[in-house]
Amino acid sequence: MELSMNKNPQKPIVPEEDKAVSPWLEAWRSFRKNKLAIIGTSIVLFFIIMAIFAPLIAPSGINDQALDKRLLSPSSEHWFGTDDFGRDIFSRVIFGARISLWVGFLAVMGSLVVGSLLGILAGYYGKWVDTIISRVFDIMLAFPSILLAIAIVAVLGPSLRNALIAIAVINIPNFGRLIRSRVLSVKQEEYIVAARAVGMKNSRILFRHVLPNSMAPIIVQGTLAIATAIIEAAALSFLGLGAEAPNPEWGKMLSDARPLLTQAPWTMFFPGIAIMLTVLGFNLMGDGLRDALDPRMKN
Amino acid sequence: MTEVLLEVEKLKKYFPITGGVLGKKTGDVKAVDDISFFVNKGETLGLVGESGCGKSTTGRMLMRLIEPTEGKVVFDGKELTSLSESDMRKIRKDVQMVFQDPFASLNPRHTVEKILEEPLIVHGIGNKQERRRKVREMLEVVGLSSYHAKRYPHQFSGGQRQRIGIARALMTKPKLIIADEPVSALDVSIQSQVLNLLEDLQNEFGLTYIFIAHDLGVVKHISDRVGVMYLGRLVEITTSSQLYEKPLHPYTQALLGAVPIPDPTVKVNREILTGDLPSPANPPKGCAFHTRCKACMEICQTDRPVLEEIEPGHYAACHLYKK
Repeated sequence: MELSMNKNPQKPIVPEEDKAVSPWLEAWRSFRKNKLAIIGTSIVLFFIIMAIFAPLIAPSGINDQALDKRLLSPSSEHWFGTDDFGRDIFSRVIFGARISLWVGFLAVMGSLVVGSLLGILAGYYGKWVDTIISRVFDIMLAFPSILLAIAIVAVLGPSLRNALIAIAVINIPNFGRLIRSRVLSVKQEEYIVAARAVGMKNSRILFRHVLPNSMAPIIVQGTLAIATAIIEAAALSFLGLGAEAPNPEWGKMLSDARPLLTQAPWTMFFPGIAIMLTVLGFNLMGDGLRDALDPRMKN
Repeated sequence: MTEVLLEVEKLKKYFPITGGVLGKKTGDVKAVDDISFFVNKGETLGLVGESGCGKSTTGRMLMRLIEPTEGKVVFDGKELTSLSESDMRKIRKDVQMVFQDPFASLNPRHTVEKILEEPLIVHGIGNKQERRRKVREMLEVVGLSSYHAKRYPHQFSGGQRQRIGIARALMTKPKLIIADEPVSALDVSIQSQVLNLLEDLQNEFGLTYIFIAHDLGVVKHISDRVGVMYLGRLVEITTSSQLYEKPLHPYTQALLGAVPIPDPTVKVNREILTGDLPSPANPPKGCAFHTRCKACMEICQTDRPVLEEIEPGHYAACHLYKK
């Protein structure tokens, strides 16, 4: 039983178009054509670059107080004006991007990893494992998420780190249920049966076959969840349960600016715009990713 | 000379039906109900029957992709149903499967190379270079080209994908291949190509096939012996020529009568099956076929006929032939 049976001994001429088109590459091609998605991605990239190079871009530090320059309206010197301590709002908004993006990203990573793991276990092993995990998710989802977050922060004590943990925790069931349903459907696919027939172990099937084929919705949900997490972080900070002074967290800046609304609306306007733009960017990007990655949307 | 490679004894699969809030068991779907047969080394055993008769379940039970409720599967001298999960994995090197739907049976996120290499990795065969070389050789063997290795499944046609599926099954040089309707999802023009490929491979590598199909023409083309299933039971099993020339069981006769004849002017006296397939959750008492059988006798309604050797090598489960 020798395998060297070359039916056409001459080397075949490789046709020019014979390039591997991976599903990811194909998704990227369709993503690239989506204008809104590109706009969203640009906004996100803009904020990321701003966050990384904040010390270079910002004209002053986050807590450089100048009491003679309090509540100045936007001008060429202070683009976004100054707040009631005479701090440059433009600089604070730029540094705030660091906090918001960081919190959004970390919180989502945390809930994504934990949620995916639980979801995979529930979906793949089924039975009582599924029952327990799914019921815990149901219980968590029964609470309004922001209320649950407040409760968690209340227990842990208010700080940015604890707000991040709370946001991560409340998002776990969203990811868990998504992955679980995805795994349930992928598990039935014939290529998974084929993988078992070949003689693979469960762990290999899970991590090389089930998980990669469940990635697309996780990426989409992850992107959209960053947007939500940023809002939730801002909301917690606004309520005084997140970032502490003098951290220029956008939600905290809004909260500080609240009494000044009529007097100096720019103190509220610019952090608000920053939140809105970032969230819009992530949402547009997430929608674009969904269109590109969801095979059912393909025509 | 003939050596038995696989022997199946009283294999059963009952799927429980549960109902109510508490998921209480209310009955069983008898997908496969007490079947026994054997396969000789180097031959092709065809399994035919209507959809839902349990032929695919049988195929999957042989590999323990579905755990049998009862019965024995002896492969190459080893009893499979009692093996541990990890021992069973080792057996899977020697028993491989070709699936029905070539669009569903290949992981869409893996290149052909990865798909074909994986069985070798899993069973610890060769190093990376050897494996890659084998993948390319195998692609040529199944009639594709080695430069296809870097492509993804969606870049192939149905027939080509099925060739990849066959190549995957061949990678570990198995002794037995269970082909679960390998051509029924393909165009008719492609079907014969794939069937010929399967035959060529059998001659070349001395493979043994269990060929599951619902198309009698296809089965006749490829099988040495054919087993006919009805409602989870094996009703007749014999050599391919005997089955087509002299079918014994009324169900087989009706099935053969249903094969279309491509000449509209030919008048044949056909037995056309009437009625529906009874539910396997509640199969008829006695012979499962008696509700649709033209030769139904009283005994058929009460006693279940057993598979008996009516003529040498020709087994049928029917009271008509009781000695």
